Amino acid sequence: MTPGPVSERRAASPPPPTSKRTRPARDATLAWGFLAPSVLVFALFLIYPLGRTVYLSMHGNDIIGRPNRFVGLSHFAEMVSPEFGRILLTTLVFTLGVVVPGVVGALAVVLLLEGVLRGQRILRGAFALPFAFSVASASVVFAVFYSPGNSVLNGILYRMGLDQVPWLTSQEMALWSVAITTVWMNLGYGVLVLAAGIGAIPKEVNEAARIDGATGPRLAWDVTVPMLGPQLFFLIVISTINALQSFGQIHILTGGGPVGSTTTLVYSIYQDAFAYGTSDFGRASAQALVLLAVVLVCTVIQFGVIERKVHYS
Amino acid sequence: MSREPSAAVGAAGTGTATGTVREPERTGPVRARARHRHGFGHVFGRVLLFLLLAAFLVPVLFPVYYMFVGTFMEPRELSTFPPRLLPTGVHPENVQGALAAVPLLRMYTNSLVMAGIITLCQLFTSALAAYAFVFLRFRGSAVVFALFLSTLMVPAEATFIPNYLTLTGWGLGDTYAGLVLPFLAYAFGTFLLRQSFKQFPRELYDAARIDGMGHLRFLWTILVPLSKPALTAVGMYVFITSWNMYFWPLIITRSTEMQTLQIGLNSLKVGESSNPGLLLAGAALSVLPTLALVIFGQRFIVRGLTAGAVK
Repeated sequence: MTPGPVSERRAASPPPPTSKRTRPARDATLAWGFLAPSVLVFALFLIYPLGRTVYLSMHGNDIIGRPNRFVGLSHFAEMVSPEFGRILLTTLVFTLGVVVPGVVGALAVVLLLEGVLRGQRILRGAFALPFAFSVASASVVFAVFYSPGNSVLNGILYRMGLDQVPWLTSQEMALWSVAITTVWMNLGYGVLVLAAGIGAIPKEVNEAARIDGATGPRLAWDVTVPMLGPQLFFLIVISTINALQSFGQIHILTGGGPVGSTTTLVYSIYQDAFAYGTSDFGRASAQALVLLAVVLVCTVIQFGVIERKVHYS
Repeated sequence: MSREPSAAVGAAGTGTATGTVREPERTGPVRARARHRHGFGHVFGRVLLFLLLAAFLVPVLFPVYYMFVGTFMEPRELSTFPPRLLPTGVHPENVQGALAAVPLLRMYTNSLVMAGIITLCQLFTSALAAYAFVFLRFRGSAVVFALFLSTLMVPAEATFIPNYLTLTGWGLGDTYAGLVLPFLAYAFGTFLLRQSFKQFPRELYDAARIDGMGHLRFLWTILVPLSKPALTAVGMYVFITSWNMYFWPLIITRSTEMQTLQIGLNSLKVGESSNPGLLLAGAALSVLPTLALVIFGQRFIVRGLTAGAVK
């Protein structure tokens, strides 16, 4: 398959389509032609940017963001600070606060739906509705729910004779309010993923369990949940990666506040690079690399575990 | 959920997925369980089940309900405390107010153009690449495919700063080109279409080739028409994620004329935070297209979304 002589031959005489000797080389040329559009986009907007991010992270910049001096690793050294520690902690708490209720909630919904005899499909569709909401539309609706002046949720609490909640105005509560919005947006996706997993469980498994006398909750807990292992794991990893990348809901609902209490890693990148005309691309790029590392670790964990699962089943 | 086409679905690329998802409602347990319907304990169980389901369903549906009901309330009914929860009639003031406050229709067009271009281009680039991986033999095919998949691991947010600098450097800030260029190819689509193409009957391919049909003609006249379900699944998925993009349109657009609907919602929220009715009306208007897709195309969406989750 040396390209030289074969391509010469091709140039000399256009061979018939069935010519076995020229086909591999022509296939290869065509393959690269077919891959070229994708490769071009990846090279320009994914691979080159990664290199440039590394470059930017090691440079200081002037007030309009042009790199003007080499600073080595000092942006990374600056991250060993209480301020950045707080950002990482906020990110961690937010991620847990989104992933745990989201996955547990989706699992509960799917198991409950299994017990429904009629209308299962419509109910599942109802649970999937929030998936239609963009992060902006969901955040705007929840902004009305949380609004300090006439919060819809506080109105409901008031009618029930309960205390008002400072949804977005208290430092302790704001992060949870953003997390609730995020869980609401993501629950439908979890339901769809796990429902597809249940659909893939072989009939015989359930039949066998039933013959052994397992019904209702016991069937769900002892048979269905273990069989959903791969889907649950997938959902946990995807939800984690998504939660780490959450941006719109923070931007719209809290703007990172009050007093930085909802400033996660992605939001901090935005603030340093783009908000208030800061243009501190160096600092933001260093943080972007931290984000990249965290997401890579999550993905590698998933690849590792899934690979093992494949051999196991 | 971050709706940027990014690592959001990245982990789906495990090579273990099948690309097809069995419809969950075809499973046996439903009918089998009907046989167990008897006794007081059973009735109690059913009641408990429905109460628990309602406990989840009400909070999930309430925001959807309130968005539409609030949209058609009178503005003052929403700005009193406690705000009304039940509809009182159909009042168009909020919708009119939202359209007057922000040029939502123009932004609708921008979102449609952006999401449309991204979807068509991704289908094009993904189908070509998937074809190369399935039907063409070339050295390093497996390695290149692995490299394609590895691009899914990169969170889009990590590339936004350099992409912003590149595109504004080319003078493409605040243009459609700037909005769409970084998203014209995406390995997730390639991955899904590869799964689908692999199931294409080999004999049909061989027959077409022996008849002297070229690769491009085979791709266009036979493979694409027969792969419509997979293409639709990918297309819908890409359309919804790009329609919902937030971070990138926020930084690359400046003028109201170029902003997308999602950014318009934020402007509405910033400018009209004291008018909850306008916010709800804006959200309702922006959700309509994707809501229609989710309701009428759920089967395709499930297929695209869960492809990585089921072996």
